[in-house]
Amino acid sequence: MDLTLSPEYAAFRDQIADTLKANAHLAPGPEDKGLKHPKRLAWQDFLIREGLTARTIPTEYGGYGAEPDILKSRIIAEEFARSGLPRPLAGQGISMLVPTLLELGTPEQKEAYIERTLKGELIWCQGYSEPGAGSDLAAVRTRAVDDGDDFVINGQKIWTSTARQADMMFCLVRTDPDAKKHHGITYILFPMDTPGIEVRPLVDMTGAANFNEVFFTDVRVPKSGVVFEVNKGWQVANATLTHERGMLGDPNATKARFVELVELMKTETVNGQRLIDNPVLRDRLMALQGEVYAMQANGLRITTNRLKGESPGLSGLVVKLQGCELNHQIAGLAIDALGELGILYEEGEHLRSGGSWQWRYMYDLGLIIGGGTAQIQKNIIAERGLSMPREPRPARS
Amino acid sequence: MEFGLSEDQIMLQETVRRFVAEEVPLDLIRKVAAGDEVVIAQLATDLGALGLDGLLVPEADGGAGLGVLDAILVQECFGYGVVPARFLSNSVVAYALRDTGSAFVNGIASGETRFGIALNDFTSRRDGSGLLIHDDTVAGSTLMAMDVHGSTHVLCLANDAIHTGEPGAAEPVKTIDRTRVFSKLGLKSIDKGIQVRDVDRVFAVACVLMAADTLGAAQCMLDKAVAYAAERQQFGRVIGSFQAVKHLCAEMAAKLEPARALLWHAAHAIDVEDEEALAMAFLAKAHISEIGTFIARTSTEVHGGMGFTDLVGLHYWFKRIGVNRQVMGSPMALRELAARQQGLVA
Repeated sequence: MDLTLSPEYAAFRDQIADTLKANAHLAPGPEDKGLKHPKRLAWQDFLIREGLTARTIPTEYGGYGAEPDILKSRIIAEEFARSGLPRPLAGQGISMLVPTLLELGTPEQKEAYIERTLKGELIWCQGYSEPGAGSDLAAVRTRAVDDGDDFVINGQKIWTSTARQADMMFCLVRTDPDAKKHHGITYILFPMDTPGIEVRPLVDMTGAANFNEVFFTDVRVPKSGVVFEVNKGWQVANATLTHERGMLGDPNATKARFVELVELMKTETVNGQRLIDNPVLRDRLMALQGEVYAMQANGLRITTNRLKGESPGLSGLVVKLQGCELNHQIAGLAIDALGELGILYEEGEHLRSGGSWQWRYMYDLGLIIGGGTAQIQKNIIAERGLSMPREPRPARS
Repeated sequence: MEFGLSEDQIMLQETVRRFVAEEVPLDLIRKVAAGDEVVIAQLATDLGALGLDGLLVPEADGGAGLGVLDAILVQECFGYGVVPARFLSNSVVAYALRDTGSAFVNGIASGETRFGIALNDFTSRRDGSGLLIHDDTVAGSTLMAMDVHGSTHVLCLANDAIHTGEPGAAEPVKTIDRTRVFSKLGLKSIDKGIQVRDVDRVFAVACVLMAADTLGAAQCMLDKAVAYAAERQQFGRVIGSFQAVKHLCAEMAAKLEPARALLWHAAHAIDVEDEEALAMAFLAKAHISEIGTFIARTSTEVHGGMGFTDLVGLHYWFKRIGVNRQVMGSPMALRELAARQQGLVA
C-alpha cells in the first residue's frame, strides 16, 4: 500500500494543475450555452492539444497520441475536479462511439468521424433502447431491410439523449429477424437529417426533456454506415456498454457533491441553528461520509487492479449500483436538511443552489434505472461476482 | 501509487486463514462457548504459537514490526472463524506503547505479558462505569473489558487518559456472544510513569480492528449464504436461482466489497499518520457495523428456518457482529466522534 505519487507522477500532477490554472480564462462559462458554442469548441481544442482529453487517441485521428496510463488519466480527472473548470466534452459520441470505431471501424469511418467527434464538431446520439427493449436490449425490433446499397429502416427508439442536437446516430437495428435474437442485429451509423426520422422530446419527472423518442419511417441509409459486419452488431455494442457502466458512479463526482452538502449544512440555518448543529442531520451526514470514503477507496483499488492488468472483480461490478444509490441519498439528505426550502424548484427568492438538489434527486433516480437497472446490476453481481445461477434463458425467437 | 496488499500481506492473511479453517472448526467454537476450560486453554496455546501477538511490536523489541494494515488482515481471519483470540487486545496495546520505551512491549512479543483492554468508557458510560485515579488508588470499575481473563495487565481509560495497570476483580458479563468473555473490571493499581499514545489514536486502532473482525464475520456469513443458496432446493430449483434470494446476496456483496477497501484505507491512513486517519477509522467501524448488521440478518434470512436454529451455528457470527457493533463505539457514537474530529460539532 502506497498512496503517494512517484516523483514522475507528482510532477505530472503539478504540471496539469498549472496548465489548468494558467488557462482558466479560456474556459466557457454557464452563459456560453449550446453544445457547439465557439468558446466550448475552443476549450475542447485546447484540452486536446494539452493532452487533457482524447489523450490516448492516435494523432492521425486528432487525438493527443499518448501511451495509455491509467494513473495519469486519474490524475487529470482529479485535477479537473479540484479546479472546478468545465470538464472535457464527454458525449456518447466521444465516450462510446470513438472507442468502438477505433477498434472495429473501417479506415473510411475512422477518417470521417473520429477527429470531428473529438473536437465537438460532430454530435452523436445513441439509438439502443426501444419501448420493448430496455433491460433486454437484444430484443430490439427496429427493422432494417436490405435494399441494394442501402438499408431501409422502420421502427422506434427511446431514451435517446441529445437526439435533437445530434448530427449523427449510432444505432442497433434488426437485419435478420429469423436469426436468434443476438445474431440478427447490426450496428449502423447515419445522419439525423435523413428523411423519415422524427425526434420527439420525452419530458421526464425533472420537468425537462433530457431524453427523446426517435421514430423511423422508411429511412433509407447507405450500407457504408455499418460498423464491423452485418448481423454482428451485438458484439459491437457490448464492447461499449461496459464503457457506459464504468462512467456511472464515478467516486470523484460523488465526493464533490458530498463536499457541497457539508458546505450547505454549515451555512444554512433553521430556527436560528445551523443545519449541521442538528444531531440527527449530522448523524445522517456522517453515515454518508462513511459510504463516500468506501466508494473512494474502492475506486483506488480498481485503479490499482487496472494498472496491474488484473480484473477488479466484485469491486468493479458494484460501482454502478452503489455509486448511483449514494448520489441519490446525498441529494435526499440535502432536501431533508433544507426542509420546505428543499421542495422549491426552478426559480424564486427562497430557492437554494438553483434547485439543483431536487433536480439531482430526481435525475439520479433516472440513473439508478438507466444504464442497466439496479435489478440488472444485482443479477450481474450475483452471477459474475458470486457465481450464482444464471437467469433462465427464454426461448430465442 | 498502489492501493492493494503486498505479497507478504497476502501470504500473512493466507496463513492465518488456513490456520482458522483447519484448526478452529465450528465444533471447537461450540465447546469454547460452552465454557470448556481445556479447549479454551489449548486454543489460547495454539494461537500463541502462531507468534502473531507481537505483530505491531517493533523488531528491536522482539516483534514483527508490522503495521495496523497487517493487523487488520489478521483480525479479519479471526472474525471469519469467530475465533476468540487475544490478538486484538495485544495489538491495541502494542500500538499504544510502542516507541515509548515501555518494557511491556517486549513481553507482548514473547507472550509473557498478556493484556486485556478496557476502552469502552471512551464513548459510553452506563451504570456508573468508569475508573478514577485518586492519589495512589484507583476507584470504580469499567464495563465491557475484553480479554482480561488470564491477563497479567490491562490497558484502560481512567481520568480520561489511557493507562496501564494491574487487573483487579473481574466479573464476567453475560452477553449474547459466549465465544468471548467481556468483564466488569476493577483495577488493583495503575502503573506510574508509563507513556502511552493519545487516547484518540489508540481508540482509532481499536476501531479498525473491531471493524476488521466484523468484516471477516460478515464475509463468512455472505459466503455461507451463497453456498446454502446453491444447495437448498425448493419448488424443484436451488433457491439461489430465485431473484428474491439472489438479489439479497448481491446486496450483501455490493455493500461488503467497498467496505473492505475502506478498512484497508483507514488502517493504512493510521500507519502513515494521514490527517484524515482518525475520522476515517471512526467512520470505518460505524459503517462496517451497519453493513455487518445488514449482512447478519440477511444471511440468516437466506438460510431460512435453518438460519434460526443452533444446528448450522450461524448465530455465532450473528452475535459476534451484534456485540462488535456496540462495544468500543456504537455507530452513532462513532459518527459523532468523526464529526467532532472534523470540526463539524459546535
